[in-house]
Amino acid sequence: MSPKAVFCLLGVLIIVSLLLSLFACTVQGADILPPKQRLRVATTTSLYDTGLWGYLEPIFEKKYGVEMDVLYAATGIALEYGKRGDVDVITVHDKARELQFISEGYGTERVIFAYNYFVVVGPSHDPAGIKGMKPEDAFRKLGESGSVAFISRGDESGTHAKEKAIWKSAGFDYEKIRKSGQWYIEAGRGMGPTLLMAKEKMAYTLSDIGTFLAYKGKLDLVPIVDKGSILLNVYSVLPVNPDKVKNINAAMARKLVQFLASAEIQKLIGDYGIKSYGMPLFTPCAGASEPTS
Amino acid sequence: MAELWQGLMKAIELIVTLDPEVLEITVRSLVISAASCAITALICLPLGSLIHFNRFRGKRSLINVIQTLYSVPTVAVGLFVFLLISRAGPLGGLGLMFTPAAMVLGQVLLLVPVVLGLVISALSGVDKAVPETAVALGASKIQVTALTMMEARFAILTAIIMGFGRAISELGLSLMVGGNIRGFTRTITTAISLETSKGDIELSLALGIILICVAMVINFLLNRLQNRYY
Repeated sequence: MSPKAVFCLLGVLIIVSLLLSLFACTVQGADILPPKQRLRVATTTSLYDTGLWGYLEPIFEKKYGVEMDVLYAATGIALEYGKRGDVDVITVHDKARELQFISEGYGTERVIFAYNYFVVVGPSHDPAGIKGMKPEDAFRKLGESGSVAFISRGDESGTHAKEKAIWKSAGFDYEKIRKSGQWYIEAGRGMGPTLLMAKEKMAYTLSDIGTFLAYKGKLDLVPIVDKGSILLNVYSVLPVNPDKVKNINAAMARKLVQFLASAEIQKLIGDYGIKSYGMPLFTPCAGASEPTS
Repeated sequence: MAELWQGLMKAIELIVTLDPEVLEITVRSLVISAASCAITALICLPLGSLIHFNRFRGKRSLINVIQTLYSVPTVAVGLFVFLLISRAGPLGGLGLMFTPAAMVLGQVLLLVPVVLGLVISALSGVDKAVPETAVALGASKIQVTALTMMEARFAILTAIIMGFGRAISELGLSLMVGGNIRGFTRTITTAISLETSKGDIELSLALGIILICVAMVINFLLNRLQNRYY
C-alpha cells in the first residue's frame, strides 16, 4: 500500500466516523445533543436496583411524550445533582436531608409516594446471635462484640443515613464505630453490590426490603432483624426549585409528582414485585399522612 | 466454574441472536469512541507536526508534560469535565451534562495527550536523512512535513488506534459525565459495571466478549497493514 493510500484510508476513516456521529445525532435514542423535552431524574439506587424505575419509566414517557433520563445515585449525590441543576427532579429516602434541601430553597416540595422497611440481613446461621432482637439492641451487640463482619454502604446514601441513626440510637458514636476495626467494612457502593459483598464475606448489612427481595435469588442471606419503628423507609419525590436553580424543566417535574401520586400509578407501585418476587416491594402512601411505624 | 460456563453460553447466545440491547449498547460505544478518536486525530495531527517541526523554548518540557499526561486517570478527567459542564459550572449553559456529547468531550481530553505524544515520537522516529535530502532537493516546508508524515504513517496509525483503544475501554469518565442512562449514554463498559453490580453475569460477559472482539479486529487489521507493506 502506498503512503498516499494509507493517508487516504485514514482520512476516510476520520470522515466516516464523523459522519457516523452526525448521523447518530439525528437517530432517536442515540442523539448526541438532547432534544427539547427531556426530564432528568436522579433516583436513589434502591428504587433503581429493584427495577421500579425501569418499570415506570416507559409508562411515563408514553403518557407525556418525553424522554426520561434516569440516573441512579446515592441520596447524597442525587441531592447534589439537584443543587447543581443537573437534574429536574429527585426521588430519595432520607427525610432529614430532604427537609434541609427544601429549607435551603433547592426543592419546591416533598411528596411521599411509597414506603417499606429496612432489614438487617446476614448469614442464616446468625454468627452474632442477634436474630429477632430490636434493631438498636442488635446493633449494640454487633458494636460491642466487634468481631462479626458488618458491611456499611458508606456512601452517604439514605440507607447509610439510616444506619448511622440506628448506631446513634444504640448509644454509639458513629465515628468511633467507623474506626473500630476490620469488622466494620465500608463498601462505598449501591445497595445491590453491597448485598453481593455481604454474601461473599458472610457478613451482616442493613438493606431496604425492596432491594433485598429483588436480589434474594442471588444471595444466601436471610432477614435477621426486621421489626422496629426505626426501620421505616419512606420514599419521596422532590422537584428542584426553578427559582433557585437555572434551566429546570419544572413543568415536567411537576407532572412526574402528579404521576407518582396518581391512583393508577400508586396501584402499580403497590402491586410491583408480586409477580417476580411473590410479594409487593413497596406500600403506596401518596396523599396519606406520613407513616410513623 | 459452572457459573462461568453458563454465563459464557448465554453470552454467546446474546451475541449470535443479535440481542437488541447488546447491539444498541455496542453501536453506541463504537460511535462515541470513533467520534472522540476522529476529533482527537483532527487536533493531534496538525498540532503534533507543529510541535515537531518548530524549535522553540520549552519544547522539551512541553513534550515531558504531554508524556506525563499519558497516565492521567480517567476519573480525574471525569471530575474535571463534571465541574466544567455541570449546570453550576462555567460551561453549564450548554446543557451537556449526562449526554453522549459530554462523554465525547471528556474522551477527547483524555486522548489528546496520548495521541499527541505518540504522533510527535512517530515523527521523531523518521530518519533525519529524509527531510534533509528533501530540503537539499528544494522541497518547501509543507512538502517536507507531508513527506515526514508519509514516512511515519504506520506509527501515526498506531497512535490513533491506541487512542481508540483507550476511548472504548474507559469507564470512570463515561460513568461520571454520561450517567449510564439506559438508551442514551449506556456504553459497553458502563453496562458491564452496572450488570456486574446487579449480579447479572451473562450480559456482562457478552459485552466483555464483544469488547475483546473489537480490540482483536482492530489489532488484526493493523498487523495486516504492517506485515504486508514492511
